[in-house]
Amino acid sequence: MMKKPLKFIVFLIWAFILLFPMLAVNEGQFVWDRLLKVMGVLAFGGILVMAYNAAMKGRSLKSAMFKGGLPFKVPKKVMIWTGIVIVLILPWVTDNYAKDVAINVLIYIALGLGLNIVVGLAGLLDLGYIAFYAVGAYTYALLNTQYGIPFWVALPMGCLISALAGTVIGYPTLKMRGDYLAIVTLGFGEIIRIVLNNWDKVTQGPNGVLGIKAPSIYYPAIGDGGFQFAQLYMKNLTWLYYLILVLALITMAAVNRLNYSRIGRAWMAVREDETAAELTGIHTTRMKLFAYILGAIFAGVAGAFFAAKVRYVNPSSFVFLESALVLCIVVLGGMGSIPGIVLGAAAIIVLPEMFRGLELYRMAAFGGAMTFMMVFRPEGLIPAKHKRPETDVGDVPLEEGRGRAES
Amino acid sequence: MDVFLQQTINGLTLGAIYALIALGYTMVYGIIQLINFAHGEIFAAGGYIGVIALSFLQARGVLERHPILGLFLAFFLAMFYCAFLAVALERVAYKPLRGASRLALLLSALGMSIFFSNGMMLCQGVYDKAYPHFFTSGGFNIGGAIITNMQVFIMVGSVILMVTLNIFVNRTRLGKAMRATAQDRTMSAILGINADKTIVTTFVIGASLAAAAGVMVGLYYGSVRFDMGFIPGIKAFAAAVLGGIGNLTGAMIGGMMIGMVEIFAAGYLASEYKDVFAFIILILVLYFRPTGIMGVQVDDTRV
Repeated sequence: MMKKPLKFIVFLIWAFILLFPMLAVNEGQFVWDRLLKVMGVLAFGGILVMAYNAAMKGRSLKSAMFKGGLPFKVPKKVMIWTGIVIVLILPWVTDNYAKDVAINVLIYIALGLGLNIVVGLAGLLDLGYIAFYAVGAYTYALLNTQYGIPFWVALPMGCLISALAGTVIGYPTLKMRGDYLAIVTLGFGEIIRIVLNNWDKVTQGPNGVLGIKAPSIYYPAIGDGGFQFAQLYMKNLTWLYYLILVLALITMAAVNRLNYSRIGRAWMAVREDETAAELTGIHTTRMKLFAYILGAIFAGVAGAFFAAKVRYVNPSSFVFLESALVLCIVVLGGMGSIPGIVLGAAAIIVLPEMFRGLELYRMAAFGGAMTFMMVFRPEGLIPAKHKRPETDVGDVPLEEGRGRAES
Repeated sequence: MDVFLQQTINGLTLGAIYALIALGYTMVYGIIQLINFAHGEIFAAGGYIGVIALSFLQARGVLERHPILGLFLAFFLAMFYCAFLAVALERVAYKPLRGASRLALLLSALGMSIFFSNGMMLCQGVYDKAYPHFFTSGGFNIGGAIITNMQVFIMVGSVILMVTLNIFVNRTRLGKAMRATAQDRTMSAILGINADKTIVTTFVIGASLAAAAGVMVGLYYGSVRFDMGFIPGIKAFAAAVLGGIGNLTGAMIGGMMIGMVEIFAAGYLASEYKDVFAFIILILVLYFRPTGIMGVQVDDTRV
């Protein structure tokens, strides 16, 4: 990264200036050990990178990390089938802890895919996405505890209410420019959280809603009353795992279909150039609203499942950092790319679980990673492969096709 | 009546702080069209440097002997530090993205915001950090309402800073360069204005003002926290938008208005929803009048 040692020394001096007051000054004393430790790590890391670059010549660490793929080639079919088998048998070969982590990964995959429609496909930065997750979760929680409505009935209702929330929030905001939209969605996300926190009569405020029932299924059974339906609550993690797996797969299939549909094309056109999209006859406001509502629906589904899994919801699950986390998944994985989001969600949920001791550093690392990705690899870990309309026509190289479109 | 007057005084104090933060947002937005999400964290960092400097001075006994000097030193150090922080921020996260998409720039800013607030948590701990109790006593009685020394200090201090800023932007060569770059970056570059230098200057000024606001908030409320920059950051942005983004006078007026609205809404409507009102104003302004209250006149205070 640091090609010249001089540049690196300047970097270290800056790091020292910025870290010194934060780390080394304490109540009238200078405490050096923490600062020296951090500076040591920085210097050591930088020297390692420089040594690697010098040894490899030409092929720097950056290009090795970003340009090279896997060193070996596995046939695609083998990879896909291995993946399917692993995903299917996972709950039978792992303990509850691993199942819980896997369920969380799947929830975040569903959330990431939903946000991907809004951010990745339509290019609208939504910083209050978790609000729809909250709406879905609270809808199921309240319908279930107040009116005893079961999960399967509440799920579509949760979708509907999330979609409604998406419309209400989306309609006035979508006429705004991209960066204003970001701050307004952030505002809406906070408003919903504050309302959930303070509307004691309905949401029970910060105490949250307790006693939510797990989803249940009916199955035919022969009991003493003859043939009847017995109710099975899907409380254990294996059931919940398969349930969220199905929900995540449905989301994935839906997003995949949308990706290559007329609507998906329209979203991408809006993302690339709104004015041009409008001139080619795309109803941009309607398309943006549609992206927003669909994103809200997927978040609502994930939210309802979350409430059913934890069986307790409170406003502190829906803070801004959660929105940032989902956004980080989308950005890290690659905006608009489904495999990227799966990988991103797995990385962001599993890595902190593996390094439990480093829990504190989690959010700082995510924030840093977000900027790092934007600067060095804005297309994400697994970039989206969009079939571009120009290249569909024939074997026109991408650049040429683009040039033609512009002229 | 005296309650009303008291609320007005409190509102103006808070508004002055928001205005100082809003200036940084509005200047940066005016010049590179970026919502600098990390600005709220720079404000929080200012608050932290203030408490670190003041408790250092107190432990060394300097604060007892020269309280005013200590206070000025704390302000100076906080502003100096945040200027450095902002330069580093611009260099690392924004400069490589010149010419990249707006979304990439925005996400980079958001990443830095999360990184800074959590970095401060790692360095300084999760809990509130208390300011030394030193400047809290005393006040004046005006018609039944009390204005504390601290409030007078905050208002006078922010007015001095804002006037200095106005003079800087309108009278100096560098200020003229800033205005030119904000109006048309390509054209001003052709005319020989160094855009990079101007952008860095903008960040430095914005960060210094935010740092001053951070120390003021620390002194006013008595403590700082690692995540204290988030909500005031959004409110200050709301203030900048309300005043017309890119407009310095607008940001000052917008800040005052947001501060007043928050205090009055908390006092007369519902205190638990006080954070909501700033957001609602932001949304309404963006919907009905995206140019803000000062947006029509394209005057030369546009930076």
